[in-house]
Amino acid sequence: MSVLPYLDVGLALLVVAVAAWTVAARALFASVVSYVAYGLLLAFVWIRLYAPDVALTEAAVGGGVTGVLLITAGKRLGALHDIGPDVRPGVGLKLLTGVLAALVAGALASVILLLPDPPPSLAPEASAAIDSAGAGLGNPITAVLMSYRSFDTMLEKIVLVLAVAGVWSMTADEAWGRAPSPFRRSRPYAPTIFLAQMLAPIGTLIGIHVFWTGANAPGGAFQGGALLAAIWIITMMARLAEPPRVDARWLRMALVAGPAVFLVNGLTGEFVAGSFFAYPPSVAKPIILFIEAFMVLSIAVALPMLVAGPSSEGSDQ
Amino acid sequence: MTGLLHLLSVAAIGAGTFFFFTGTVALLRFPDSLTRLHALTKADNLGLGLVVFGLILRAETALSALKLIVIWALVLLSGASTAQLIGRALRRVRE
Repeated sequence: MSVLPYLDVGLALLVVAVAAWTVAARALFASVVSYVAYGLLLAFVWIRLYAPDVALTEAAVGGGVTGVLLITAGKRLGALHDIGPDVRPGVGLKLLTGVLAALVAGALASVILLLPDPPPSLAPEASAAIDSAGAGLGNPITAVLMSYRSFDTMLEKIVLVLAVAGVWSMTADEAWGRAPSPFRRSRPYAPTIFLAQMLAPIGTLIGIHVFWTGANAPGGAFQGGALLAAIWIITMMARLAEPPRVDARWLRMALVAGPAVFLVNGLTGEFVAGSFFAYPPSVAKPIILFIEAFMVLSIAVALPMLVAGPSSEGSDQ
Repeated sequence: MTGLLHLLSVAAIGAGTFFFFTGTVALLRFPDSLTRLHALTKADNLGLGLVVFGLILRAETALSALKLIVIWALVLLSGASTAQLIGRALRRVRE
């Protein structure tokens, strides 16, 4: 008699409760903290669903980067309240938002509840593809991401680049091209600096390890890149590194490197391997790792730039 | 795995769980934020330390034992630093 089913039910109830609290919390900060806890709990759920790769991503992105992103966004919102008139949404707008959210949730729920039994699945085709094009990779998840649905994976990275472009487009004209404003006050607390100094070398090593081991074990480009991004964010918070100017050429090259290398490889596949985004099976593994290395770079650059926000006036003394 | 090692491992993990439990009770029951921080460090240092020790006894390779120690050290590092940061932020609010 195992206790695991009970733990699973407890975990599921906890996830629902934390989700409800995230929506119900009145203070923005409490809501964000609860959302981060929700992300970490979801990582446990993925572990229990035997999906460690997804769990790693959820822990790094849902529990880490998104939290920082939301907290900084909340601070900016607070600053807006200080300078402008307080315009709160009216009852009609709130009702409309609630109804739309309920509609989306209801549509999703009905799709899941009305699935035919057995549900339609692409799993057989995906696992067949793993054996041919993803040859040499011990981790089937990476094989699916990089060879079965490589076009989607590339588009996901393009979405990240677009998001950074969207953030940068919020820059005021006179500040264009400068660096985003620093994360914190001019003299960060000593523990922040200590933590950043200790974590930077260890975290960089672990980030590269997670990427490298992703070929054969749980891990991969996104997880490794997110860890490296977190390291850059904390070094910027400790003011050990300042955010770069957004017109810096190296920054922009690094940002587009992942999707660009991916796309060039995909086009080459048309001539070398016979179809768009196909790799010659004999060299599939080195090519996939080569593309992934550039994706790690792009992710490690894009996420901190999303958190850093648009460039600001007077940040370039 | 010999019986004695198994027993020691279970005892260590059990003791670690006890410290997590008391830490959580204290987090819920203590009156203010500084005492709650104090309670949390017990769960981090001793609780996780004992659980990691119990798991090392069960580790199959030296590498996985080493990884467990690194995890413990990282949690210690981040726990101690963030406790300092929260404490400072609290003091700043009070002043």
